[in-house]
Amino acid sequence: MTERLDQIFVVLKHWLLGYLPESWQTPVGVVISVVCIIGLYPALFAITTVLERKGVGRIQNRLGPNRVGPYGILQPMADGIKSLTKEDIVPTSADAVVHFLAPIILVVTVFMGFAVLPMGRNMVLVDMDAGLLFYFAMGASTELSVFMAGWSSRNKYSLLGAMRAVAQMISYEVALLLSSVVIVMMTGSLSLVKIVEAQNHYSYGLPHWFIFTPWGFAAFIMYAIAGTAETNRSPFDLPEGESELVAGYHTEYSGFKFALFFLGEYVAMFSISGLGSTLFLGGWMAPFAALQFIPSWIWFFGKLFVSMGVFIWVRGTLPRLRQDQLMNFAWKFVLPMCLLNLFVAALWRFMGDGWLRWVVCSAILILAYVSIGREGMRRKQFGPRSYRYAE
Amino acid sequence: MLGDGILKGLAETAKNFAGSFVSKERMTTVEYPEERLPLPEAARNFPFLVYDGDDWEKGLRCVACQICEKECPPKCIYIEKSKDKKPDYVGKPQIYPAKFDIDISVCMSCQICVEVCPFEAIKMNTEFELATDDRFGGLLLDRKQLARSNEYYHEIHPTEASEVDARLAEEKAKVEAKAKAAAEAAAAKAAAAPSANTPASAAVAKPQAPVEAKPATAGKAAEIAKAPAMATAASEPKPVPGTGTDGPAPLTAEDQKNAETPAKANAREPKAQGEPKE
Repeated sequence: MTERLDQIFVVLKHWLLGYLPESWQTPVGVVISVVCIIGLYPALFAITTVLERKGVGRIQNRLGPNRVGPYGILQPMADGIKSLTKEDIVPTSADAVVHFLAPIILVVTVFMGFAVLPMGRNMVLVDMDAGLLFYFAMGASTELSVFMAGWSSRNKYSLLGAMRAVAQMISYEVALLLSSVVIVMMTGSLSLVKIVEAQNHYSYGLPHWFIFTPWGFAAFIMYAIAGTAETNRSPFDLPEGESELVAGYHTEYSGFKFALFFLGEYVAMFSISGLGSTLFLGGWMAPFAALQFIPSWIWFFGKLFVSMGVFIWVRGTLPRLRQDQLMNFAWKFVLPMCLLNLFVAALWRFMGDGWLRWVVCSAILILAYVSIGREGMRRKQFGPRSYRYAE
Repeated sequence: MLGDGILKGLAETAKNFAGSFVSKERMTTVEYPEERLPLPEAARNFPFLVYDGDDWEKGLRCVACQICEKECPPKCIYIEKSKDKKPDYVGKPQIYPAKFDIDISVCMSCQICVEVCPFEAIKMNTEFELATDDRFGGLLLDRKQLARSNEYYHEIHPTEASEVDARLAEEKAKVEAKAKAAAEAAAAKAAAAPSANTPASAAVAKPQAPVEAKPATAGKAAEIAKAPAMATAASEPKPVPGTGTDGPAPLTAEDQKNAETPAKANAREPKAQGEPKE
């Protein structure tokens, strides 16, 4: 029974495909999976938008939306209808083709990332050997669409937003990759399915997730920071800082194209959360051996929602960074920590089993964290400003 | 250490999040259409017409003197005097507004009409849900839409309404006392000259009208004051000391004259009444 429930979607798909001739089964199977992914994540997006608005509202001691439907749960429908019926305005001086393509490319590349994410036992669209690489290749392409949007709008705010976005995304892409590389070093595989499998054993009923190691924990923190920045999420939402840049790179977008940007960003958050839970939190695995009877996909989506909750919580807490703070943080704190973490992971690998590696690795990381943090936090003494005037 | 501020902040927001489900005091939101805050007593937006009693048409205090119409800075009031006279609350024939329109799309809520009104007939309303899909007709309120009972006035501006009522009652009492004095004087005169039958009966008959009206008004709530009583009372402070020494008979005659043309009497000196009132 447990096994059946765990594999229900896989079994269902095979049962559907059983009615088709042999040669059709593979392509139709892919189409079914793709349609499921494309249908599922926008639905989750709709739920999350209302949860976010209510959650942030509660954080600010407000009620949040509660007018459309019971407790406001039909709010996304109202939002969707609104954005669908709005006029789609393209500025006369905009590059219409690029302007049109940008949101589409964003959504497409964001959805491509899900192709390699295992969402449950045997529930992965393509078990690619270089899955992680593919994922990051797709993730990096979102930068392209963001810059396309900012550039083609021919609006200074759009362009400023896009420039910020590119600077930020490229900076944090490095940290994102380096924090994931430790996992690849430990598992020896780029396949996300294999990475989950590598965490799939329990001792004393507790799982061997990578987050429960010093290097894994450090990498997870760095990954979370870089992932937040990568999805342009508060406190790293400079590219669309509404108080400075109207709306950043999607200033000139309205109607459904804007909704596509919005969707793309949210789905990118799901995607980053999904990858994070795959790499560090054991993917679709149960957190305790005793809870393994619960279907794997419930665990995956549960972890997804928990990390979305953290995203919302962080958004409701932290104010936006300044551009120089953002860059300093990326290059002076996150990157050195990631590089050090690579070294620590190697140390862990070659120190063999035992308590010593725990102590040594933790000590190195904590020491580095404190010292780099203190260096970064030190108040800089700037003298009085001096000016040199042109002759 | 780096990041402890973030943890502190996260704890704070988590506390807010959890607390918002537990304690009602945290939530500042008033869910407007269902629940609403009581308006402050000084709230005002557009004028309304006060009426006494149950019938708005009969009890309207307004006597169409048109002072408010003239004083209104944006000219949003439109009044048409009635051709006939209608018995007012006590049965005294009185001009009434055949038409009294206020265009609330023009009104700027300055309250000047209230300040100049000598009859306490126009007051400021607190109603604000006046949205309508008819841009012109819907925002042009006629006298029926403007009429509100004195009880309603008490409800929205209790302090101010009680003051107005007290003032009206005081003025009414003054008028009644004067009428009584006049009646007594007339009676004394009649007694002094019993041989002259015809003039005496005329003198007695005249002051009897207010005396007769007294029980009717006294039976009503104390707040009710008649337009004629007000009119005489309003012009009283000046004429009374001057004419009071002349003797009772001429005073009665002047009172009657004033009561017959209250609008005129007031129109002549609106400032004199309007200012001491404030």
